Amino acid sequence: MTVAVRPGLRRARRRTARAALLFISPWIIGFGVFTLWPVLYSGYLSLTDYDVINDPRYVGFDNYAQLFSDPKVALALGNTLFYTVLQVPISVFVALVLAVLLDHAGRASGVFRTLVFLPKMTPPVAIGVLFLLLFNGSNGLINGVLGVVGLDGPAWTTDPAWVKPGLILMSLWTVGASVIVLLAALRGVPEDVREAARLDGANGLQVAVRVTVPLISPALLFVLIINTIAAVQTFDEVYTAFFGSGNSTYGNDAALFYVIYLFQQAFEFLHMGYASALAWLLFVIIMAITAVQFALARRFVYYEGDRA
Amino acid sequence: MRFRTTRRGVVAGAAAVALLVGAAGCAVGTGGAQTGDVDYDPGASLDGSLSVMGFGASDEVASSRIDRAKAALGGVDVELIEGDLDLQQFLSAVASGQPPEVLYANRDQIGSLAARGAIIPLDECVDGEGIDLEQYDESATAQVTFADHVYGIPEFNAVQITMADADLLSAAGLTLDDVNGSDPAAVTAASVALAEPSAIPAVIGYDSKLPEFLPLWAKAAGADLISADGRTAHLDDPAVVEALTWAVGIYDAQGGFGAVKAERDSADFFGSGNQFASGTLGAMPMEQWYLNVLNDVSPDAALAFDTVRDREGRPIAYASGSAWAIPAGSGNPAAACRWAKTMTSVEAWEAAAEARLSARTAEGKPFTGLLTANDTADEQIESMVTSGGEPWDSGVAAMYEANDHTFSLPANPADAEFTTAWQDAANRVLNGQQQPQAALEQAQTEAQEALDSAWAELESR
Repeated sequence: MTVAVRPGLRRARRRTARAALLFISPWIIGFGVFTLWPVLYSGYLSLTDYDVINDPRYVGFDNYAQLFSDPKVALALGNTLFYTVLQVPISVFVALVLAVLLDHAGRASGVFRTLVFLPKMTPPVAIGVLFLLLFNGSNGLINGVLGVVGLDGPAWTTDPAWVKPGLILMSLWTVGASVIVLLAALRGVPEDVREAARLDGANGLQVAVRVTVPLISPALLFVLIINTIAAVQTFDEVYTAFFGSGNSTYGNDAALFYVIYLFQQAFEFLHMGYASALAWLLFVIIMAITAVQFALARRFVYYEGDRA
Repeated sequence: MRFRTTRRGVVAGAAAVALLVGAAGCAVGTGGAQTGDVDYDPGASLDGSLSVMGFGASDEVASSRIDRAKAALGGVDVELIEGDLDLQQFLSAVASGQPPEVLYANRDQIGSLAARGAIIPLDECVDGEGIDLEQYDESATAQVTFADHVYGIPEFNAVQITMADADLLSAAGLTLDDVNGSDPAAVTAASVALAEPSAIPAVIGYDSKLPEFLPLWAKAAGADLISADGRTAHLDDPAVVEALTWAVGIYDAQGGFGAVKAERDSADFFGSGNQFASGTLGAMPMEQWYLNVLNDVSPDAALAFDTVRDREGRPIAYASGSAWAIPAGSGNPAAACRWAKTMTSVEAWEAAAEARLSARTAEGKPFTGLLTANDTADEQIESMVTSGGEPWDSGVAAMYEANDHTFSLPANPADAEFTTAWQDAANRVLNGQQQPQAALEQAQTEAQEALDSAWAELESR
């Protein structure tokens, strides 16, 4: 069966579409100029040898081939994946615990919500400097606290085995944004559903695991994906702490994360073509990780509107 | 299978082609851009504008010279883009065809910038304006000379001297000869004798200042990290390995680098509670500017000074500093050349020294001199130094002696990669990841590959 669309209706739709496009055109222009074009341009640069000053020289896929023979790429990827695999679950768990606590904070919830979110406002550079102060092996607060309970704290800023664990702990300083997202999700769980579960004999843990977590699973998935992408792209804090200007005494292979190596290649060594290839590899890795997360989400994430 | 040509397909194809062409056209370099025929003449009157990137009128030494340079430029409108040089900002400006007229950079950046054509050779500027290159410090000039052309006019020298806590030395029955580097075994023994790792705060016996001073210790052991022509890395030279092994061993003898660095990081470096004032550091090599810091914040600290010395007891210093360069595409190279000449002239330095002397006298403090990278100016300024009593006079004497015995790493087209290679190697050893031999062999491979690649690219242009 075919449905004839009246010419007047078609014109009205076109007018509406034009108006919509007009209204979002500032964003479209901004996206095109500041995001889409640089992305496409980096794709072109990844096929060239380019040092900003001289004309790009086409080198085909040489830069991509070099990725697989450069031991520092493997080192940086290893460091980044180690950090991501540990940091993301820990930060999501801590954020969830804090969100649950805030959900039960009653009248004081607003104050604590602000307090939990405030550290997120700290500039990343300041966090990098804070890391060096708090985790100083001799006089840092962390080892001071460990010393109170009789533990001899490690050399967080120099011992390669402890550099990444230290950075993971420091990253928990900024879980505030995830806490707010999860708190909002928790507030959206209907109390009558939980009450029904309790009437059916479910205990507190069962209500949390069988009712609350499934109902906030879309928010958990969102937090998981955002945190994963952020972890893979970790740069500011670590660069400030270990590789910032004049910071040669802090340089440490254990802190050479992928984006830091990309930055070195682009802006210190001026290998823009190779750095662009590094960026595209990172893009592919993030896409792959996100695709896997979405694939798993079909099984573990519950959307209320879905049919069982 | 047949493909149908549709209007939408044609549009998409055209868009893709346009994108590629656009991208290719967008990345237009400016390397090797010439500034055309320029009349470099000390008698010529100049006009136009001059933007100066990387330099600020931060103190009387800068402002007094700026005043002279502005006067020498006549009607030229000078604009200072203050703050340390931001390499990204500079390269973006060059790539967009709007570079500053003159650039103030670290001397170790000159080789890489020259190799990429971001700055122009100054041979015509030097000849035309009549700049006497002989008056500049030899090691400073070497650092700005690339492929037999001078690319920068040097200014300022930073040199290391040995700084020690006289009380701690005396209590341990040691002298400056034990910590000035002339006898490496004595320094190691002194570091142990002076150190008190269990004290609160812990006392560091001797800080060999790795990784940044590896070139100094290598030179003291008789090795250069790179050949004089900037083409061949010598990082796995046995003398470099020996130097690194010794300098790291200094830390190992005091509980390891992690412990020493943690103490160093928590010290009040610029305050009255600095390591010498608080008696928590026996000795270290340090750039001469720290002498002024110590004199300002802890004038009563018991200090002792000497030069750093090589294995034969000769003074030695690893020099670094700044330089003026003219970017490719500079809109006013004649004014830039005059500016560089005037800012580094003997007269300008004398004016700067007078200004500093007046300021220090007004504060009731001694004038400890300036290291200008201009030998003639240094000689004249040394005669203006005022006494601060001991130990400060000895410190100033050590500074000038060190300044007469400097060396530098020559300009090369891959300086950033080269520096990263040897510093990463030192850090891997300090952090216990590698032994010195293996670390420096890896660094040698990385550095040589970077040098070979950069030289090959330069020569293929």
